[in-house]
Amino acid sequence: MFKSPASRQFLIGIKDGLPFHIVLWPFAAIFGAIATQAGLNIVEVMGFSVLVIAGSAQLAALQLMTENAPTVIVIATALAVNLRMGMYSASITPHIGKSSLLTRAFAAYMLYDQPYALSTIKFEKEPDLTVSEKLGYFFGVAIPLGIGWYALTFTGAVLGEKIPTDLGVDFAVPITFLAVVSPMLKTLAHLAAALTSVVLVLALSFMPFGSGLLVAAAVALVVGAQVEIWMEKRKAAL
Amino acid sequence: MIEATTGQIWTIILSMAAGTFLIRFAFLGFVGDRPLPDWLLRLLRYTPVAVLPAVVAPMLLGHGENAFDPLRLGCAAATIAVGILTRNVLWAILIGLGLFFGLGALIG
Repeated sequence: MFKSPASRQFLIGIKDGLPFHIVLWPFAAIFGAIATQAGLNIVEVMGFSVLVIAGSAQLAALQLMTENAPTVIVIATALAVNLRMGMYSASITPHIGKSSLLTRAFAAYMLYDQPYALSTIKFEKEPDLTVSEKLGYFFGVAIPLGIGWYALTFTGAVLGEKIPTDLGVDFAVPITFLAVVSPMLKTLAHLAAALTSVVLVLALSFMPFGSGLLVAAAVALVVGAQVEIWMEKRKAAL
Repeated sequence: MIEATTGQIWTIILSMAAGTFLIRFAFLGFVGDRPLPDWLLRLLRYTPVAVLPAVVAPMLLGHGENAFDPLRLGCAAATIAVGILTRNVLWAILIGLGLFFGLGALIG
């Protein structure tokens, strides 16, 4: 066992995912705890974490439900929060698109921020990996984190009020996003894309349901690609 | 407290599950192994640096209750600096979280 190149990548994925457990476990436990305190039963809480498996959307939905927002608004807002994952889907397709439909469906189910981001870093560093090695790595990150997400949601739901929910864990997830992005800022184009994204999302904060994020991200993609083209032209001209 | 009925709660859970899956499956499922044009691939390479900063920025610099908190801003800056200097995600996470919870405990 674990001799094939794909399973070797699976193990590397598990290892690379380890630091993210530190962050996702408390986050999952807190989701479970506040969902229970808000009045959901354990099956409903687990329904969220197992079927949706998207922390920030789950928290957004929970928040709106406690405010007794209309069902349609809860669903629309939560899905808007998740729309960025459509970009992840497009971005990872060139790497793992050549696999069976069932594999792709399972990968789509697990296409949340952390496995997506780690896989992108890995695939950019090692473009010669085969499709099965890339899948091995992706699932090596995604499956253990997913299991941790279910297990700690359950623990949080059972312990309920015994879990302190005011430890600042809300900030742990953004920290990991910054930690993932900053090593990627290696060219002017990447830097320009990141800055555009920050400036625009703040300027568009008046837009409803966090839709400003999508506009900011889309423009930032174009800026990154344009700057890359300019830099290439300048290099060719020199 | 949540006053929604069991039916409403499950409508929300199942709609979110189906919608989220469809969003994630959109390109993986329907494009699959068909080749994408070069200009699109070039755009998509910038996805993480275009999306993740836009997720984080409003929490730090927007209108939220913890925006412009000096501790959070400082730890975010440290995380970015370590990430750029070491090119290592693990170090950036450990230093960022270590500072945040360490200093947070010290300051109270």
